[in-house]
Amino acid sequence: MADVTTPGLHHFALEEHDVLKALSRVKARDVDYADIYFESNISESVSMEEGIVKRAVKHIGQGAGVRATAGEKTGFAYSDDLSQKDLEIAADTARYIANSPQGETPIAVTHRSNPPQNLYPLEQPVSDIATEERVQLLNLIDATARKYDSRIAKVMASFTTEQKVVMVANSEGQLVGDIQPLSRLQVTCIAEEGSNHQVGSFGGGGRVAFSYYYEADRVRHFAREAARQAILNLQAVDAPAGVMPVVLGNGWPGILLHEAIGHGLEADFNRRKTSAFSDLIGQRVASEVCTIVDDGTLPFRRGSLNMDDEGTPTSQTMLIEKGILRGYITDRLNAKLLGIPLTGNGRREDFRSIVLPRMTNTFMLAGESDPEDIVRSVKKGLYAVSFGGGQVDITNGKFVFSASEAYLIEDGKVTKPVKGATLIGSGPDILKHVSMVGHDLQLDAGIGTCGKEGQSVPVGVGLPTLRIDEITVGGTSVEG
Amino acid sequence: MSTSLVPEHQQFASLATEMLDRAKSLGATEADVLVAEGDSVSVQVRLAEVDRLSKAREKSLGLRVFFGKRSASASTSDFSRDSLSRLVTDTCALAKAVAEDEMSGLPDANLLSQDFPDLNVYDATTLSVDQEIDLARRTEEAAMSADSRITNSEGADCAVSHGTVLLANHHGFVGCHQSSTYSLSVSPIAGDSHNGGMQRDAWYSVKRKYQQLDSPEAIGKEAARRTLRRLGARKVSTQQVPVVFDQETAQSLLGHLATAVSGYSLYKGASFLLGYLGKRLAPGFVNVYDDGRLPEGLGSRPFDGEGLATRKTSVVEQGLLTSYLLDTYSARKLGMKSTGNASRGVGDNPSVGPTNLYLDPGTTSPAEIIGSVKQGLYVTELIGFGVNMLTGDYSRGAAGYWIENGELAYPVEEITIAGNLKHIFSDIEIVGNDLEFRGRIASPTVKVRELMVAGN
Repeated sequence: MADVTTPGLHHFALEEHDVLKALSRVKARDVDYADIYFESNISESVSMEEGIVKRAVKHIGQGAGVRATAGEKTGFAYSDDLSQKDLEIAADTARYIANSPQGETPIAVTHRSNPPQNLYPLEQPVSDIATEERVQLLNLIDATARKYDSRIAKVMASFTTEQKVVMVANSEGQLVGDIQPLSRLQVTCIAEEGSNHQVGSFGGGGRVAFSYYYEADRVRHFAREAARQAILNLQAVDAPAGVMPVVLGNGWPGILLHEAIGHGLEADFNRRKTSAFSDLIGQRVASEVCTIVDDGTLPFRRGSLNMDDEGTPTSQTMLIEKGILRGYITDRLNAKLLGIPLTGNGRREDFRSIVLPRMTNTFMLAGESDPEDIVRSVKKGLYAVSFGGGQVDITNGKFVFSASEAYLIEDGKVTKPVKGATLIGSGPDILKHVSMVGHDLQLDAGIGTCGKEGQSVPVGVGLPTLRIDEITVGGTSVEG
Repeated sequence: MSTSLVPEHQQFASLATEMLDRAKSLGATEADVLVAEGDSVSVQVRLAEVDRLSKAREKSLGLRVFFGKRSASASTSDFSRDSLSRLVTDTCALAKAVAEDEMSGLPDANLLSQDFPDLNVYDATTLSVDQEIDLARRTEEAAMSADSRITNSEGADCAVSHGTVLLANHHGFVGCHQSSTYSLSVSPIAGDSHNGGMQRDAWYSVKRKYQQLDSPEAIGKEAARRTLRRLGARKVSTQQVPVVFDQETAQSLLGHLATAVSGYSLYKGASFLLGYLGKRLAPGFVNVYDDGRLPEGLGSRPFDGEGLATRKTSVVEQGLLTSYLLDTYSARKLGMKSTGNASRGVGDNPSVGPTNLYLDPGTTSPAEIIGSVKQGLYVTELIGFGVNMLTGDYSRGAAGYWIENGELAYPVEEITIAGNLKHIFSDIEIVGNDLEFRGRIASPTVKVRELMVAGN
């Protein structure tokens, strides 16, 4: 019986010589680099509402993406059929971008060891968890959230798992693979008090075993957090509008770094010089207290990977060191064209998508301030501890992110909760206004998904509590 | 009740029937099968060189089974006998593991579509890779040559796709639907020599028919115009002012409306329009329609994701909320009838989606609308996700133009607009005459009485 715990071509019922034959065909004379990415994916999702687990959905997919690059050009084709014939058709399409798309280059595998790290050693594939166990998990969520407060009127929850096997064969003789488990538990509660209805959400997960959700009472914690936020929002007042100091809580508010800084440091935008950060390496883009990294090597994290989707091991990349811009995150194509190192950030949503430089886990290192002192330092401002989504315009650097749990700060004290407000700022400018960084770095609970060019990939963020001296808050109330 | 099928679709139909039979033999009381296949070719040209060329062909099959009131779905792209047989077994096992749901089930047989009109959404024209490269090149060239301040580009894209969807269910329904999409877009970048700032914008055309695609020259020129007008943008001070939404941003307001009137948002109690049916949402001159059979529409199809006939639904008529958008399940939950809006990915449960949703145009031109504002904001771009569908609270990042004495005075950015969607709809003052479909949701220019703009 085929080995299901070690990545390999046997997952795709393929023989090495067939793969090499197709690869040799893509590597036409003028092609600089070629690779074939094989992926199989089994995902299962159960969801609950109105107190019952009503829905279960399973997707099984597999396919291959074939790519050739020549200079700045990329040729790409994919197929959900893995026959020799389909791979060859894809190969012919991919190499079409070469100036003279002919002449095969024989390729031999010289490097077949799998990634040096195993960041998610799981005893049982998440895809093997029985549906009944998933159902029980959601039932516990429902019971816990309803017990939290009688005003919790609706509880919705979902649990999703994905088991992905990838193999990358490239024209440099590499044949490497990885098995990537991923799961996520998401809870949404609606609280009702008369005609006042408010929502609260919480969730988490990672490349973890099923037991993770029961450890440290996480299931109940997730349920109570969603319920707490919904109840809290029942008393929320209008958010203030205008420029003011903002304190960001630790953990998930790290989405600030993802939007304001991270996207602008992806190598593709910088090669094309279309990023607001183009040509700023070595320059000050943040205050001295800010040091920011992207790190794909944190065990069991949602944004972590043993290798990226080009077979490069992930790493920790210094993005900003004490306020100075140090580096970009790269994939093969852009690293080569820019003459900078590979960082293990070449990622793709699936075999249908092309590789782009993408973030993994992006966070700011801890500072020295006491989080309570940071709040105390603000006379009048906003304390934001949880956020919905964010977005950035790479070219002019303007970014937004929207608070889902925030409070007013009045005379150094956290007072009333406020309704969701959007914060807007300019990427290369905003971190210059960070004056205090807490010693309480925390990573998010594992819910982040990043979208770029229509592709979604799981990511992580992290932040210590920090103070931004001025940022525009988009509320509705002028008095604040 | 079946469309005429070409031989290759006949093959899908037999496959679907086989799956339905297999599910029945394993004890399923009802089932439906969705088969989708498609191919696409797309190119991206950047600074006159080919940046990316991409070609794809894919297929997938989704099965939904019912065991009485229990149900589950699954999909696969592997059409081998083994894989399909495993799919049926897996789906049946999943269904047995979930709870009974009183309202679940296929639509009643007598509601399934009986007619399959040709909606003119399929064009067999294929373009060679070189033709696509040429179109993308010309589009980018038109943008780059429009003005010397256009200094860079994120590239021009040309894409052509063809797809087929076949749906079959236990009531004997078999429907097949083919469609095509042609698109051309460019995203130029302008540099500002005064402060070194860069701005990017984009323009595009998407059509069902190749011949109807806007010319590369027109798309490139418009993209350049939209990018150039953003140069020198600044912040404005925080204030309450009238806001004019252009076609693109007004369309996003209709998108929020579509989510709020979706049967799923409503029965889950997650919509700010709960209890609004029959009530006033907007002034009397506001009419919003969802038309699933609009000829050549980007959201048109003869039947929905469950096999019900698509139709034209008045969502808002003379300012009153007249209908929700529903599929079978959400309609049953609300004690109503489906509006033929079941939208469905292969292997997923149906949900609700608009088909071609639009705000009926008025008679005022965009220039006249802007002319009616003494001091206010003309919004051309919105970013971020600051919309709470439960409360209607709205706060998004915005960019556009500041209006002074009825004229566009200067570009603005790094500001937010905030309010509540209920008030945004009730405070619509003017609807423009410039309705154009560039997607499944379309709106003319809209003027809203007042919103909070946050800036300096």
